[in-house]
Amino acid sequence: MAEEKLHYISALVEDKPGVMFRITSLIRRRAFNIDSIAVGPTEHEGISRLTMTIRGDERIVEQVIKQLAKLVDVIKISEIRPEESVVRELALVKVHVRDHTARNDIIQYVNIFRGRIVDVAPHSMIIEIVGDEDKVNAFVNLMKEFGIEELAKTGVVAMSRGVKSIKPKE
Amino acid sequence: MKISGAAAMVEALEREKVEVMFGIPGGATIPFFDELIKRKTIRNILVRHEQCAAHMADGYARVSGRVGVATATSGPGATNLVTGIAAAYMDSTPLVAITGQVPRNMIGRDAFQEADITGIVTPITKYTFLVMSASQIPSVIRTAFMLASTNRPGPVLVDIPRDVQLETTEVTFPDQVKLKGYTIRSGDPHPYQVKKAIGALINAERPIILAGGGVIMSGATNELIELAELLQAPIVTSLMGKGSVPETHPLCLGIVGMHGKAEANIALEEADVVLAVGTRISDRTVMRLDKFGENAKIIHIDIDPAEIGKNVRADIPIVADAKKALKAIKEGLVKMGFKRDPDTPWLKRIKELRDQFASEYEELLRGSLRPPKLMKILRQILPPDAIVTTGVGQNQMWSALYFEALQPRTFITSGGLGAMGFGFPAALGAKVAKPDKPVVDIDGDGSFLMTEQELATSICENIPIVVMIMDNRSLGMVRQWQSMMYEGRLSYVDLGRVPDFVKLAEAYGAEGVKVESYEEFESCMKRALRSEVTVVIDIPVPPDEKVFPMVLPGRRLKEVICRG
Repeated sequence: MAEEKLHYISALVEDKPGVMFRITSLIRRRAFNIDSIAVGPTEHEGISRLTMTIRGDERIVEQVIKQLAKLVDVIKISEIRPEESVVRELALVKVHVRDHTARNDIIQYVNIFRGRIVDVAPHSMIIEIVGDEDKVNAFVNLMKEFGIEELAKTGVVAMSRGVKSIKPKE
Repeated sequence: MKISGAAAMVEALEREKVEVMFGIPGGATIPFFDELIKRKTIRNILVRHEQCAAHMADGYARVSGRVGVATATSGPGATNLVTGIAAAYMDSTPLVAITGQVPRNMIGRDAFQEADITGIVTPITKYTFLVMSASQIPSVIRTAFMLASTNRPGPVLVDIPRDVQLETTEVTFPDQVKLKGYTIRSGDPHPYQVKKAIGALINAERPIILAGGGVIMSGATNELIELAELLQAPIVTSLMGKGSVPETHPLCLGIVGMHGKAEANIALEEADVVLAVGTRISDRTVMRLDKFGENAKIIHIDIDPAEIGKNVRADIPIVADAKKALKAIKEGLVKMGFKRDPDTPWLKRIKELRDQFASEYEELLRGSLRPPKLMKILRQILPPDAIVTTGVGQNQMWSALYFEALQPRTFITSGGLGAMGFGFPAALGAKVAKPDKPVVDIDGDGSFLMTEQELATSICENIPIVVMIMDNRSLGMVRQWQSMMYEGRLSYVDLGRVPDFVKLAEAYGAEGVKVESYEEFESCMKRALRSEVTVVIDIPVPPDEKVFPMVLPGRRLKEVICRG
């Protein structure tokens, strides 16, 4: 059995109606398993960048890339190796604050994880945490003991370090 | 130039050199049809059901190599196209479907006859367009034809709201269109991969070529034969590859797969190097995807990179046009002065396999009105360039096994989707493309009844073909499975005593004949080929007749059985 691990795939896609539908439709139809997907504008007008994380062996990842590359609206696509890249995800965690001690503990954790408290209410706080998936998950796990009231994640975005770039052809 | 959207549609189609299309007008396409009748530059074949418009355009495209065009109105018209589009997608047929849509301001309001057709067909098309301004029509239609016909061909749908057809605007017609995410491939193989393929083929003791529909699409018949002869490699074909090489060629073993020739199936599994070209190596072709090529080196040539490694491991992948790749391999071999003597142990083994099963095939010809024998008689009657289409099910497999195709683009079948009802409309489309050639739809009663209303189209539009129905009054292939694998429990496969196909044909103004013997069939078919109207030949075949050889589901090709 081939090893199943997490892969990051980055794609430049046309920024126009229906593109996300085509991409998600393809993923569903081919029965690929996507962990997260994040899309946003790029430095080029009319082009969006999409990052998805997918769990699977090499064959699956190769198929995902090849099938997506066939889509007319996908301009460029490649796998991003985590060891050569910056990988980030942002999470907002609304955590329950039981009492004064809990508040102090939470603040300590936030500092250790270099997160930010972005909202404070009498019995809760919203914390913004940025990092790779492991860091974000570790923090979220710690918050579970206080009681998580709400959790929102952006999904992972990734970029290769140094000269290696995903750019549209001139 | 200021013209209406509808005029831009027709002019754009004229510029694509469209001479004929297939479709039915409706509320959302009246402006388009009005323009068609005013200009009279494009013939529309008025069909009786939109599914058949798509199948006819498909048949037209497959025999001519041109883009087929089908049209339907919004809502139900468009959804009726779906099966036909799916069939074209699975078999990589270049097709452009043009649908009407409700006016722009009604989209999303569940208006009368509104359906999200671009959404519905996204998974079964190469691309879709919803055109929101008349000024885009010329470039959209140019792009649609470009996409449909280049690289791996396939269907493209263009959805145009009624008010966009009515809108008058300034338009320009581009000769070329550019897309950021789509480039037309040169199709040239990578020289290093070609070199590796040559190395593998030279060292092969038991080479075999598996040819698919891509060989036909790229027109690589000559290259295929030359290479096979040089290598002394037997050729087997997928269902879609049938006709890529004349099946009478001494190296051709016929089709492989669930209902492939026994010798072809066994040879494919005994080979040590498989050159798969223009095939997606489907489950029906090689059966056990996980076991296929266990002990063989696989060279896989395909224009679509996503096909390589999708179903089966490729040891030497070559992303290329079939013709260019085969030519490059052949030229490499010739340059090296390579030539294999036909006197190889492998070809002896092939002959042994042929001899082993010859008696099994002989057995199938005994007795009255047996489909394999009907196929042989039909082949003797038809000229080599005659076009044959099939329904889906037993009729299709008998045709594939026992009707020898002699030229590319003469055997038209719904291979991937397996859409019953395909044969008759595809035959009509084929006849429109090649009016001088005889066209025969080899059909089953179940398949034919799914699209028989097109007899009306055949008569009214003067498209005479011959339909031969292997009439077993049942859904024969399901019946075969039930009797072989479900302890003989037949469940809802009996189609009963009706209709009377002779009367049915006559009701439409076609000719209907029932034949009871081989002799009657032969004389009737000969007459039918000269008829000026479509002839339906009803041939009662025994309902218990099964298709053999067969590989049971879950089994390997070499476990092929010839009776059971």
